[in-house]
Amino acid sequence: MSEDNIVKDFLVESYENLDRLDRELVGLEKNPEDRNALAGVFRTIHTIKGTCGFLGFNKLEKVAHVGENLLTLLRDGQLKLNPEITTALLGMVDAVRQMLSEIQSTGQDGNDEYPQLIEKLTHLASAGASAKGSAPYHKAPAKPADGGAIPAAKEPVPAAPPMEKKSEAPMSEKTPRDAKSSKKGKPGEALRKPVHGKMGGILVERGLVDAEKIAMALEQQEQGDRRKIGEILVALGFVKPEDILAAQQILESKPREAVAETIRVGVNLLDKLMTLVGELVLARNQLLQYTSTVENSGLQTISQRMNLIATELQEEVMKTRMQPIGNIWNQFPRTVRDVALGCGKEVEIEMEGKETELDKTIIEAIKDPLTHLVRNAVDHGVELPEERAKIGKPRTGRLILRAFHEGGQVNIEITDDGAGLNAQRLRQKAIERGMFTAEQAGRMSEREIFNLIFLPGFSTAAKVTNVSGRGVGMDVVKTNVEKIGGTVDVQSTLGQGTTVRVKIPLTLAIIPALVITCGGDRYAIPQVSLLELVRLETGEGRAGIELVHGAPVYRLRGRLLPLVFLNRELRLSSNGEPAAQQSDVVNIVVLQADERQFGLVVDEINDTEEIVVKPLRKQLKSIKTFAGASIMGDGKVALILDVMGLAQRASVITEARGRAAGEKAAAAGAAGGEKRSFLLFAGPDQSRMALPLDTLARLEELPASQVEKSGTHWVAQYRGEILPLINLAYALEERRQELRHKKLVEGAAEDAPIQVLVCNHQGSRVGLVVEQILDIVEDTAEVRHPASRAGVLYSAVIQGQVTELIDIPAILQAGGVDSSHPVEHAEVTQ
Amino acid sequence: MAQTRQFCTFYLDKLLFGVELTGVQEVMRHLDMTQVPLAPEVVSGLINLRGQIVTAINLRKRLELAALGADAQPMNVVVRSEDGAVALLVDEIGDVVELAEDSFEPPPETLRGAVRGIILGVHKLEKQLLHVLDTEKACYLSTATEPPVN
Repeated sequence: MSEDNIVKDFLVESYENLDRLDRELVGLEKNPEDRNALAGVFRTIHTIKGTCGFLGFNKLEKVAHVGENLLTLLRDGQLKLNPEITTALLGMVDAVRQMLSEIQSTGQDGNDEYPQLIEKLTHLASAGASAKGSAPYHKAPAKPADGGAIPAAKEPVPAAPPMEKKSEAPMSEKTPRDAKSSKKGKPGEALRKPVHGKMGGILVERGLVDAEKIAMALEQQEQGDRRKIGEILVALGFVKPEDILAAQQILESKPREAVAETIRVGVNLLDKLMTLVGELVLARNQLLQYTSTVENSGLQTISQRMNLIATELQEEVMKTRMQPIGNIWNQFPRTVRDVALGCGKEVEIEMEGKETELDKTIIEAIKDPLTHLVRNAVDHGVELPEERAKIGKPRTGRLILRAFHEGGQVNIEITDDGAGLNAQRLRQKAIERGMFTAEQAGRMSEREIFNLIFLPGFSTAAKVTNVSGRGVGMDVVKTNVEKIGGTVDVQSTLGQGTTVRVKIPLTLAIIPALVITCGGDRYAIPQVSLLELVRLETGEGRAGIELVHGAPVYRLRGRLLPLVFLNRELRLSSNGEPAAQQSDVVNIVVLQADERQFGLVVDEINDTEEIVVKPLRKQLKSIKTFAGASIMGDGKVALILDVMGLAQRASVITEARGRAAGEKAAAAGAAGGEKRSFLLFAGPDQSRMALPLDTLARLEELPASQVEKSGTHWVAQYRGEILPLINLAYALEERRQELRHKKLVEGAAEDAPIQVLVCNHQGSRVGLVVEQILDIVEDTAEVRHPASRAGVLYSAVIQGQVTELIDIPAILQAGGVDSSHPVEHAEVTQ
Repeated sequence: MAQTRQFCTFYLDKLLFGVELTGVQEVMRHLDMTQVPLAPEVVSGLINLRGQIVTAINLRKRLELAALGADAQPMNVVVRSEDGAVALLVDEIGDVVELAEDSFEPPPETLRGAVRGIILGVHKLEKQLLHVLDTEKACYLSTATEPPVN
């Protein structure tokens, strides 16, 4: 039994050590001179070798042994680390890991003896040794039987090494006297039994014995005295036994302190704790709800206290399950190295925010997607060194992993400075594959185009082109991230690199949610998908909801937001009539599902609450609309809406969507992207009109008296030049011929100011006279409608109102200012 | 002496039913329920059973009996199924009875419909017949029962 425990401990410890080895070896490759790292690597392998020798895993020991030999040469500076050696050593780490898992499952270290690996390592070691020609003490692969656990049996370290060797014991480094002694016998000693080295160090430090005497004792030990150094010192009469004991205590107390700070706890225990805390949170919610109905100050106080404690307890227990993301990132240097080596690239990996913490379950869930993204970035993102050199980039590509908390979520960014995504090519691909028409694709923003790589099936085709081949399995990445309530987004600049941003919740077990009521029952909506809440009051409510061929929409800041009536989707019994028609207030919960926004119309919006997610029964799970259930403060059960599932369901019902889902997404997604600034003004008959702000030079107010006539044109002196003026009202109307003779602005008093928009047009300036300047706004002007009259480019919804966009060249032509030039739309068309 | 088995009995539309006692977790008075939209018809809702969320099955509907009056409050027989606890909604709880195997008889051939799979057979009691239910089958929800979108 105890043997089992030893093996178990050995396994756990070794796995951790191996993970560190991966890291250290890759680090070493970059910085081969790092003696400390080398010593660390050596120690790790040495420990594994020693322990498995002790436990009787001979094959494992053999592999570790040849690795150790090679490392000895490296440590002694007889060999220099190169990629070949690193690969061999990493191979050894893999072999050791393989054998460890074998031990874990069968209790034996497997049948594979890894002859090739041993051969390779031996070869490298002997090559190194013979190349230097000075390794007489080194018997390379030979002694598998030296027990390992007793390092004294292995004496590869010369008593007087060619270079200054640092002792491992920090203690001894502190005292110069000790450093002196280290020249005589300390290095070997320190390496063999660091604890004893420290013993000497402590004794010297306490002034009980001088370094000379320790050196003598060490020499004796080297000559074959198997006694401990303390015993030798006592025997020689240099120190009193009490002092040795005291020093011993100091020695022992130190590592123990370090150990006592952490204890290993089973994951299932933590899971159980988490469940219990979940229950407690529920009970707390119930208690709070109850106390709010009772007049009892004593009870109130207690429940408040209880509330605080429960909240804190919940946070702390959550923390126990938190792990730094570094735990999974640590393997990435190795991954990057392997992939880069495999495709002949040079990639450096940088990490920021390693310490960012995430719930254990989430860490596990994102491990594979992240690995995939990292591999992808190296494989497809970063260019070959030659290509990079050609375009003036450093040969070595950079891959940056960044993690940080933001708004209750964790953001993970994977950035490479590679070729970036080629939007044009992706667009073409999408058209070729018949996913969109050329027109649809043309209207999509770059961001939407990039996000196509997450579509299933898109990937493999895109793989053919070397630049945009990132889609391999990206759909799986997206699915996996979404499974845990996260989102993936990609940004890219052609030629400069790509950033994939993964947003994930901190934890899954307890989530903040918005509680709403519909059809008499409460539902919880996970806050992550929530964008905003809109409440339409009387009158406005009815006017606010419009129908696009039967599909209800709401103009949210000028953009059409498809509406989904929850009672209708869930087929709740409220006469099948949407809530909008029944009451004067419409509550719209604006949700985001998969880059697509929609408004969910509910009866009532209650509150936000921390809810404990409980899974639904297997057979109810098939209802995609629900993600689970939770128990509310009053003890009743509320269902948690699955926003994705709901969106899917909704789009099935309104048939017009279906396959065109992508297009819908495009329309919705554009909101984030191309906003332009528009100048809003009132045209003839108070109609709303707009011009893109960048076509305008200035806005002016001129007194009507300043308007002069030049031939058939109205002009004004403006900043030392003659500014042709066109009254928009005339230019837009058919009757302009006869109006030529009238005043520029009809009925205006001599001194009344006229509003002039000074436009830049093909190098010269033209003044447009308008009724009234209204506002400058930012909008996407997404919903477009073809122009209904000349001089207008198109109609769009800006700030929730239909607005005509003016076609300047056409107006100028109509106004007779610019008739010599062909009409050019470049400025106005997007 | 023939082998005996214990049954937890209850009434549905004046008929006497029974499930084997070993499969019964507990019997509860009426509990508040949360309806599950889009779920199969026989699912009455979800019940909070001391922090555990339990699906309630409308046994009358399952057995194709007339619906219970709107104001009547059904009781819950909570049984253990392979997918966790399930509450069976019944009109009224009866006694626990111990019955010998020899009073049991399989259902007659004339029994048809969905009910046939659920009723294992009957025990012939002195005054009436005890319908023995197959708990697992009674709890089973066909995933395809969601009515088509209209």
